[in-house]
Amino acid sequence: MTAAASAIPASLPRGRSLGQDAWARLRKNKLAMVCGVVLIAIFLMCYLGPLFCTYRLDAQDLELKATPPSAAHWFGTDEAGRDQLVRVLSGGRVSLNVGLLATAVSLIIGVAYGATAGYLGGRTDSVMMRFVDVLYSLPFMVFVILLTVAFGRSMWLLYLAIGAVEWLTMARIVRAGVQAQARMEFVEAARSLGLSNSRIIFRHIVPNVLGPVIVYTTLTVPAVMLLEAALSFLGLGVQPPNSSWGSLIDQGAKSMETYPWLLVIPAAFFSVTLFCLNFVGDGLRDAIDVRSGKD
Amino acid sequence: MSAIIEVKDLTVAFHTRNGVVRAVDGVSFRVEAGQTVGIVGESGSGKSVTCYSLLGLISQPPGRIEGGSAIFGNQDLLKLSEKDLQKVRGSRISMIFQDPMTSLNPFLKVGTQLVEPLRLHQGLDKAAAWKKGIEALAEVGIPDPATRMDQYPHEFSGGMRQRVMIAMALITRPQLLIADEPTTALDVTIQQQVLDLIKDLQKRLGIAVVFITHDLAVVHEICDVVNVMYAGRLVESASAADLFAHPRHAYTRALMRSIPALQKKGEPLYTIPGLPPDLSQLPDGCAFRARQIPDRQALCLTTKKPPLLEIASGHWVQACPGCVEGGLPL
Amino acid sequence: MLRFIFSRLLQSLLVLVVVFTATFFLIRLKPGDPFKGEKAMPASVLAQMNKRYALDQPLWKQYFIHAGAFARGDLLPSMRYEGVQNSKIIKDSFPVSLLIGLSALTIALGVGLPAGIIAAVRKNTWLDYSAMSLAMLGICLPTFVMGPILQWIFALKLGWLNVAGWFERTDWILPAATMGFIYAAYIARLTRGGMLEILNQDYIRTARAKGVPGKQIVIKHALRGGLLPVVAFLGPAFAGITTGSFIIEKIFQLPGLGQHFVGSVFNSDYTLVQATTVFYAALLVLINLGSDILQAWLNPRIRLT
Repeated sequence: MTAAASAIPASLPRGRSLGQDAWARLRKNKLAMVCGVVLIAIFLMCYLGPLFCTYRLDAQDLELKATPPSAAHWFGTDEAGRDQLVRVLSGGRVSLNVGLLATAVSLIIGVAYGATAGYLGGRTDSVMMRFVDVLYSLPFMVFVILLTVAFGRSMWLLYLAIGAVEWLTMARIVRAGVQAQARMEFVEAARSLGLSNSRIIFRHIVPNVLGPVIVYTTLTVPAVMLLEAALSFLGLGVQPPNSSWGSLIDQGAKSMETYPWLLVIPAAFFSVTLFCLNFVGDGLRDAIDVRSGKD
Repeated sequence: MSAIIEVKDLTVAFHTRNGVVRAVDGVSFRVEAGQTVGIVGESGSGKSVTCYSLLGLISQPPGRIEGGSAIFGNQDLLKLSEKDLQKVRGSRISMIFQDPMTSLNPFLKVGTQLVEPLRLHQGLDKAAAWKKGIEALAEVGIPDPATRMDQYPHEFSGGMRQRVMIAMALITRPQLLIADEPTTALDVTIQQQVLDLIKDLQKRLGIAVVFITHDLAVVHEICDVVNVMYAGRLVESASAADLFAHPRHAYTRALMRSIPALQKKGEPLYTIPGLPPDLSQLPDGCAFRARQIPDRQALCLTTKKPPLLEIASGHWVQACPGCVEGGLPL
Repeated sequence: MLRFIFSRLLQSLLVLVVVFTATFFLIRLKPGDPFKGEKAMPASVLAQMNKRYALDQPLWKQYFIHAGAFARGDLLPSMRYEGVQNSKIIKDSFPVSLLIGLSALTIALGVGLPAGIIAAVRKNTWLDYSAMSLAMLGICLPTFVMGPILQWIFALKLGWLNVAGWFERTDWILPAATMGFIYAAYIARLTRGGMLEILNQDYIRTARAKGVPGKQIVIKHALRGGLLPVVAFLGPAFAGITTGSFIIEKIFQLPGLGQHFVGSVFNSDYTLVQATTVFYAALLVLINLGSDILQAWLNPRIRLT
């Protein structure tokens, strides 16, 4: 026993799971870790912050009008004398909600669709993926706009509309992963042992497709938030009295010459959030995908 | 006979996040005109790195040539600038690689790649180079060479691609060809054809060949002189005849025992126990000690690197008392 | 090759039918009426208008009347801008969008490709890090943040260019630069990734072993393969640029097609919505076809069937 053990070099990996391995690699990526911490801070601020604010979201102080940041109003006030701090934080909550929920919608559709196509294979698969190809060649921003006006201005429908156009890439990724895994020998082995289809899918295929899905999900969140902000900027997204970072930036851009803080603060929050989400996504990709991790 | 290339005390290290990996540790060998010299070892023994570093083909960093010399003609290859090395590569020293499926550029016509050395090193114009390219393809036995020139690599089989690689390497008539496991990735039947082609061309053109392989059977067939590497060091070096008749180092003997064709039928295949050592944590003494049979292990050097010793004319062996069969003179 | 183009065109036709149908019904789901503007129309005029646009017919009949007109190449007149043909609106406004889009794409390629190539060749040096940090900045700064920033610097502070509008010959610069910078970021990242992948290939080592100088290795041996992801991205990028023009045209107050599209959606100008959407879809289909052919030309392993 001891002789055999001493023959094995000490540097060999000692039975760590892929998840632990990826986590260890991610922890070494300082930039991604810092971005992760910043993200958590922004989340806490947006979801819990408004509870501790002295000012109400819609409380106007018409005499005050627009004032630059001060001790009373950390982020200043807008033209209607509303406290900008609480507006930026609750606007962030709306933006993050859209980002998470629309991503969840796209995740559900994309994974279900892609997994079905990949697992069934053959003709079903080619027809299903052809359909995705066709959808890809649609001017999707046009359809998001049409969907948002057609189904009224409910926030939930906004999530659905964005999720409904963002699932295509997810479906492709999942399908490619499932297809590659379904042909692997260990799946053949599982099948020959008489395991049921659902057991094969959940015990053997899902864990192996999880990596790319996690990475792409992380990268979908900023893409979706960008889309929501663009819609709000066009006046098609979140409607007053609610505000999102997109609509705040829209209002800020109109008066940037006279009241620059109305543009700078929400734009900074929005960009920092996107920045962090992208870096965490990149970090995850490097941590999970062994092939590109070599660079 | 005069040496085409003489390598002395070559040391190459890779500086990685997990420490310094000494991939090549004081390796010396020489190649004489028209000779075929084999470098044999398991994967990770440093045989490829040895040859890549001669031509400056290891990536630096993380790689670094830490010492030694490689006299080729009247130049030390290890001291040449990148620009001067470019003039040597593909013109006076050529290389062929293990995997013909990935070694040719899939985006360029075979002809374009084939004549590139001619255009670069001999300044031939396009038409003249192309004509020579057709001849070169014919020389390595590719039928209908004029049409093949215009095709892309994916239209060639693996064996055919390796023939293209050989034609490309020899098109400038270099003095030395370095072949890095050129048959490993091929089917067995194709392997023999490619080996025969290399042997045949070598005889006709009178070039010297350095043949890197892990396959002792191939060495036996093609090499004049054999260098056996283990853990970045040379453990034994001798003429092929001598080495196969009287292997002295325990590692060489173990390698020979594991050739299936030389084993008795019906006996379980012999494999060397254990794994090659971690090159970033080499022991101070004999690197093969951990894989030795227990009662010889005690004899192995543990404090200093065993020196190379000439135990017979032209037969060198790493002088570790535990590893040298028949004991050491003195 | 010809068969490929033919089958793709056939598929495109299907796409256009789907787009037209979806648009036709979606826009009619929107609450609001095309002729309910600020001033109320006399009932008789309204009835006449409804008749002209077949709005008095049942929905399925309307659909076939409109679809028939589109199939004949007649994009119908606008409902809002009375008497103006939709094709004329597109003809007048699209060149503005196209000019901005093409100059943005030129800027994006002109900045993104060299930046990505240099970052890949000089991997893990300060050149790589600074190019990639800048690229990340471009990805995280949306057009509607980037645009106002550029306006503030170059128009308000420096006074070199107009803040917005479409009056002078230099008015394309700011909008094109805004979009160009953002797409340059994506292209730089894609180029770097593609080039790194190729530069690690065995055949690059073969080229080095042949004595090919470094610059030629990049240009002759690596670029073709390394640019494949960029070419594949050009289709979506152009789509993004044409659809992104909604925002850019709003920021810079440009009389482009995007403004008309968004306006027509707000105004429930059914025929103009249909015309612009189908036009966008047709444009996209052509771009994607072009990008596929370009990819096949770059990559001999792709056979178009």
